[in-house]
Amino acid sequence: MTQNTRAPAPRPAPGPATTAPPGLVDVRRRPTDWTGLWFVLPFLAFYALFLLWPAVVGFGYSFTDRSLAGGDVSFVGLDNWSETLTDPAMYDSLWNTLWFTVLSVPLMVLLALGLALLTDHARRLGWFLRLSFFAPFVLPVTVMTLIWGWMYNPSLGLFNGMLGRFGIEGPEWLFSEDTAMFSVVIATAWWQVGFNYLLYLAAMQSIPKDVYEAAAIDGAGAWQRNGRITLPLLARTTALIAVLQLIGSLRVFEQIYLMTSGGPNFATRTVIQYIYDSGFVGLRIGLASSMAYVFMVLIIAASIAQFRLFSRKEG
Amino acid sequence: MATSTPPAPRTAPGPAATASRPAAPRRRRWSVGSVALYTVATLAALLWFVPLLWAFATSVKTEGDTTVMPPTWLTENPTFEAYQLVLGRGDILRWTVNSLITTVIVTVLTLILCVLAAYGFSRFDFRGRPGLFALVVGGILIPPQTLIVPQFVLMTQLGLVDTYWGVALPQVVAPVFVFILKRFFDAIPRDYEDAARLDGAGPLRVLWSVILPLSRPILTAVGIFTFIGAWNNFLWPFIVTNDPEMMTLPVGLGTAVGQYGIQYAQVMASAVLGAIPLLVVFLLFQKHIVTGVAGAGIKG
Repeated sequence: MTQNTRAPAPRPAPGPATTAPPGLVDVRRRPTDWTGLWFVLPFLAFYALFLLWPAVVGFGYSFTDRSLAGGDVSFVGLDNWSETLTDPAMYDSLWNTLWFTVLSVPLMVLLALGLALLTDHARRLGWFLRLSFFAPFVLPVTVMTLIWGWMYNPSLGLFNGMLGRFGIEGPEWLFSEDTAMFSVVIATAWWQVGFNYLLYLAAMQSIPKDVYEAAAIDGAGAWQRNGRITLPLLARTTALIAVLQLIGSLRVFEQIYLMTSGGPNFATRTVIQYIYDSGFVGLRIGLASSMAYVFMVLIIAASIAQFRLFSRKEG
Repeated sequence: MATSTPPAPRTAPGPAATASRPAAPRRRRWSVGSVALYTVATLAALLWFVPLLWAFATSVKTEGDTTVMPPTWLTENPTFEAYQLVLGRGDILRWTVNSLITTVIVTVLTLILCVLAAYGFSRFDFRGRPGLFALVVGGILIPPQTLIVPQFVLMTQLGLVDTYWGVALPQVVAPVFVFILKRFFDAIPRDYEDAARLDGAGPLRVLWSVILPLSRPILTAVGIFTFIGAWNNFLWPFIVTNDPEMMTLPVGLGTAVGQYGIQYAQVMASAVLGAIPLLVVFLLFQKHIVTGVAGAGIKG
């Protein structure tokens, strides 16, 4: 049967010509060799225009002195690339991105695990807990940054107001180089931990109940059951969450940009913001493109390495 | 929901027995462990609500009261003046409408394109299929944030800056959903389709009347997550809109802070108004969202 459909599509690509005759032969199994392409084509067209084309064009820009303000464009060879790779501010922003990632990934994995364990045990509050821990996830980033910016306000905010009641002078939060990144990480955890939390919760609730019952009969207490049964069975989920969170954290931009604009003194400027600053504020499209490419390669490499590691654990 | 057993049965019998004696003669239901557990859980949940409650508490104060130190939770003269002022300017409503229009375009187009592509990859053999599918899957790895510069140049060339289509179209390309949907379609047994085919149904008809009804949970999940993602997207709409009239809600709120200056009641009133649409969506679809995340996680 399959041979019949394969045969009538020889290599010259006479698309429409071949569609009609084999249609008579074998409509049911596989309408024609080309039908599938028609289904895939609309997506591929968008994909090519809005993702692949910009990716290719951007690579081209990185070898020119193209400006967002217009004007003549000339080929400058590897100038942008060498500028990117020798720019201390580029390394600073890479470091800030990495520092955010190092701080946020463990926090947002462990916090999610803790909240999910609470929810899994306190079953009667299930609906209420899910609502409160996940609801922040659906807030637009600006809503989150407005609210946290106000709570962090050094002179009038909630946090320093509360600390003041105990006679403690609170920190400057977003306005000090020492505390800005931590403040952003805490706000991010509140905002985004809900997704990891739901992943953990689903994994916990898919553990068969009789495993626990057997352990309880054998005299295992609640802590033992958590440590010996739940946590080991969650290893796979933890790996998945860590990978997703790592890739997400490396791409950080919006909340930091909105809360600190990358300050104070560029202490929280991420790579994406530096790309934005170079391209849309400095108007240097060529330079911004080479930066974007360096960063894209780093992210893709990190993603592939993570998935490799993850799938090896599976096997 | 299974509410039959308390979580930690008889771990600490001593204090629990004394506690339960005067209260309930039926049975010891609350051990020390579970009281502690429920207390911690409730406190954590309340703590999680603090930012939203604080935003609301600030938004109903007079501007004068917002700057009183130490801060108070309950104001003596609550007022909706800040909401009236913010709504009176009209831009929040405008941004909400913009967000709604662009988000609906993104969600509808994403669903159509991804479903068609996933069906094509799942059910048909055609020349170049493995290569094209690999190309799509590879696209998952590309962080769209790194393409903002060439994408913006493209939008300028197409004349789509400051338009709904300019905001929406680049967000439509979601290779990860093609991948997820294809996996789901692959798992649907082909026997279901054979009956329809024998009745003379074409491929589109099979998709519409056999595959899609069986895929409702995954379609709902993809739809909801596309909707939330597009509604909350900041970077791309921020890049592609300059005209305040065309901004989406997150972008508009982000740029408006400067205008309000230090009028915190109004800033918080805008934040609360900006939070409401998706909180309502979340409350309406809570079940679908929770099972949607769960499904994504279990499949890994």
